[in-house]
Amino acid sequence: MLVAVLTYVGYGVLTLFGYLRDFMRQWKIEKCQNATEREEQKDFVPLYQDFENFYNRNLYMRIRDSWNRPICSVPGAKVDMMERVSHDYNWTFTYTGRVIKDIINMGSYNYLGFAQKAGTCQEAAAKVLSQYGAGVCSTRQEMGNLDKHEELEKLVARFLGVESAMAYGMGFATNSMNIPALVGKGCLILSDELNHASLVLGARLSGATIRIFKHNNMQSLEKLLKDAIVHGQPRTRRPWKKILILVEGIYSMEGSIVRLPEVIALKKKYKSYLYLDEAHSIGALGPSGRGVVEYFGLSPEDVDVMMGTFTKSFGAAGGYIGGKKELIDYLRTYSHSAVYATSLSPPVVEQIITSMKCIMGEDGTNVGKARVQQLAENTRYFRRRLKEMGFIIYGNEDSPVVPLMLYMPAKIGAFGREMLKRNIGVVVVGFPATPIIESRARFCLSAAHTKEMLDTALKEINEVGDLLQLKYSRHRLVPLLDRPFDETTYEETED
Amino acid sequence: WESFLPSQVLVQPVQLICLYAPAYHLILEGILILWIIRLLFSKTYKLQERSDLTPKEKEELIEEWQPEPLVPPVPKDHPALNYNVVSGPPTHIITVNGKECINFASFNFLGLLDNEKVKSAAQASLKKYGVGTCGPRGFYGTFDVHLELEERLAKFMRTEEAIIYSYGFATIASAIPAYSKRGDIVFVDEAACFAIQKGLQASRSNIKLFKHNDMADLERLLKEQETEDQKNPRKARVTRRFIVVEGLYMNTGDVCPLPELIKLKYKYKVRIFLEESLSFGVLGEHGRGITEHFGINIDDIDLISANMENSLASIGGFCCGRSFIIDHQRLSGQGYCFSASLPPLLAAAAIEALNIMEDNPDIFQTLRAKCERIHELLQGISGLKVVGESFSPALHLQLEESCGSRENDVKLLKRVVDYCMNSGIALTQARYLEKEEKCLPPPSIRVVVTVEQTEQELDKAASLLKEAAQSVLN
Repeated sequence: MLVAVLTYVGYGVLTLFGYLRDFMRQWKIEKCQNATEREEQKDFVPLYQDFENFYNRNLYMRIRDSWNRPICSVPGAKVDMMERVSHDYNWTFTYTGRVIKDIINMGSYNYLGFAQKAGTCQEAAAKVLSQYGAGVCSTRQEMGNLDKHEELEKLVARFLGVESAMAYGMGFATNSMNIPALVGKGCLILSDELNHASLVLGARLSGATIRIFKHNNMQSLEKLLKDAIVHGQPRTRRPWKKILILVEGIYSMEGSIVRLPEVIALKKKYKSYLYLDEAHSIGALGPSGRGVVEYFGLSPEDVDVMMGTFTKSFGAAGGYIGGKKELIDYLRTYSHSAVYATSLSPPVVEQIITSMKCIMGEDGTNVGKARVQQLAENTRYFRRRLKEMGFIIYGNEDSPVVPLMLYMPAKIGAFGREMLKRNIGVVVVGFPATPIIESRARFCLSAAHTKEMLDTALKEINEVGDLLQLKYSRHRLVPLLDRPFDETTYEETED
Repeated sequence: WESFLPSQVLVQPVQLICLYAPAYHLILEGILILWIIRLLFSKTYKLQERSDLTPKEKEELIEEWQPEPLVPPVPKDHPALNYNVVSGPPTHIITVNGKECINFASFNFLGLLDNEKVKSAAQASLKKYGVGTCGPRGFYGTFDVHLELEERLAKFMRTEEAIIYSYGFATIASAIPAYSKRGDIVFVDEAACFAIQKGLQASRSNIKLFKHNDMADLERLLKEQETEDQKNPRKARVTRRFIVVEGLYMNTGDVCPLPELIKLKYKYKVRIFLEESLSFGVLGEHGRGITEHFGINIDDIDLISANMENSLASIGGFCCGRSFIIDHQRLSGQGYCFSASLPPLLAAAAIEALNIMEDNPDIFQTLRAKCERIHELLQGISGLKVVGESFSPALHLQLEESCGSRENDVKLLKRVVDYCMNSGIALTQARYLEKEEKCLPPPSIRVVVTVEQTEQELDKAASLLKEAAQSVLN
């Protein structure tokens, strides 16, 4: 309660200062460092409204150095960052030319550690690069369908356990270009509150009616489904053509896992279709890395459209959609991406093929399985230790995305900077990606993190937590005793 | 004290009212008070009779409802279903469906897809960074290669700043909604490509289409808007206006009349967004695009957007312009903020391609000469007409006379394409989404000219097309 009040007070103070500075800038007391419109175009309608940029100028600018940090090495467990300083309070940055080496990377989406600069994946990609070149210069339907793409799609279908799959060049575009191909006017989309921008954009572009249900709340979803079928379309009362439920496997800002068994039960009862976006969960959940469907022990046939991206667990780029053969045939013909957008680049395709084979164990080694297990161990260990220290952590016990609550605006910048001083790179997020009083720091665990790295990170987080007073949790988990259970301990606790 | 008791204070005025007011007045007031009390305690009356359906009826409705299948079935012989399979790299000599052909269908204008220097730059980057970036630009996904590529592009195009996207389609489709919102007005050419149409749809602005390359039509629309503005000047002061045009149109192969557009811009105070996917690296003395072609000051164009998938033979896209305009996209471009950044090896390939473009400015002249040659050679084919400017490397061949329905036209053109493919020239039909396009262009064969094609190959292609047209269309 106190924290909420203090957070609002913090934002209030910042807003006041913002107005004051704007006032001073307008009256030229303070120098205006924003880029401005051309002289010849000063009488055009202004391109940006003043108020839109208020947040940008006054709040974002102060802590801008926590984002867009340039790195100059492979985004693995340890990363090298280019040092940059600002002499005018973050309006401009200059690079000193020095490189900060070996920062523990807790921000990249490198769940299975495939972001490597050496190894089988990289060698295979290098071979394909010298054979095929970097680009494709044509769309899938015209001259851009290489044999590599067909190989990839068969492999993806096998990996997911579906009949057929199709791959696209960009994960974001997979959603925004295929949802409009599946639903249109007269259909209903039920989308989770915290869905990603690509799902929201795809839903809006499709022209269907969108209704939002509370995050992971099955009662809210059921109520919406019942109302939709019973009452039909809003004014004409005609029945809906189709109902599509949009959910994600792991939500990237919350770390929560979707309640898949319940969603599937609802979907079957009300005869609707399910679109599952596994951007973060493919490769990261499940005993063999096949995603949230395997994690719950369900059959992939229950999910109508399984979508995912190759950027996170496979260390490449692009997205895919898997499902029944009719669905994929339809998408091959009518997807916007197949007709108008370039296909995947060949070395990227090779990276996906090699890493997927590694995860499935088809390359003859145990490396894939070992990585999946290592990630699960890392996740459990890290979350447990953070909870013991007294931080507030959101999300499911098994999700490798760990949001740590900061709440107050000043702590966003402070946390990012303090952690960087101690050579740990973290991601901090505030408004507008999260609700205004719930800013957080987000850790992304990786199979490439060793226990020593995690311990170092945890030690530093503990220090910074004490320094910034971030240990808000009122529950205190008793630390598990590392000593074996013997007679003497039992007797001590008896008293 | 007794005189100040509350009861005294209340009773006295009431007594006064009862004495002085007429009887019917009091009765009316009493009835009104009773009515108010009744309304306050009665159930609220809803307009829709939601409570009329019993739970049993609701169950029945849920049982009865049958949705459409998720996707309608696609006939097996649909022309777009069976893709051509290219085995090996899609370079100058391409193996399509097992046959070796000369490639007249990939947009590899400057032949950089196969260039050894480009490949070795990409290899070096692969050894240093791996393949993927594992994050968006804001969260440890900004590499020094991205920053270098942005600087090089800005320097090449002579603008202040450039911003890179990881997918060509997403570039213009994210740039337009970042500036143009609900209530703003966008004047766009009819023949604009699909990416622009999607960007406009996402922006929810008012779209006004003007006839392709018809400046008189555009001026008419602008004048109409001006008279509207005079009726409501307050609203006009906050409504932003944009014109979106392409440098070299993909669907028709001709250029937009940029000097007239600039005049209209300053006369009616509209901003111009230029989409240069096909003209970047093709038009102009040094390949800087249509602004160099017409000799226009680049600052007059507010935003230039292009994709790197044609001349630069890489993947992705970029926007360039003044910092005032481009910086805004770093926080509000959806495809930039919410998507992973471009893999570094592709960015390195693009930088090397830019180096080659800067070091050999005569390839643009060579390309233009080849385009003019094939344009001439393809004139006079009976049954097919050439659509596109003589210096455009991506032309269309349309049927002179349609045979009635689009389906039949497509089938006829497919036979022409198959004839050519069987004889060693790889061509393709231009593909569109028939139901989604605003102004669907007629079916056509796409002919793409690249720097690597020799004069004999151009002659061979032209004569094959003549033969094919003769045998299929007559």
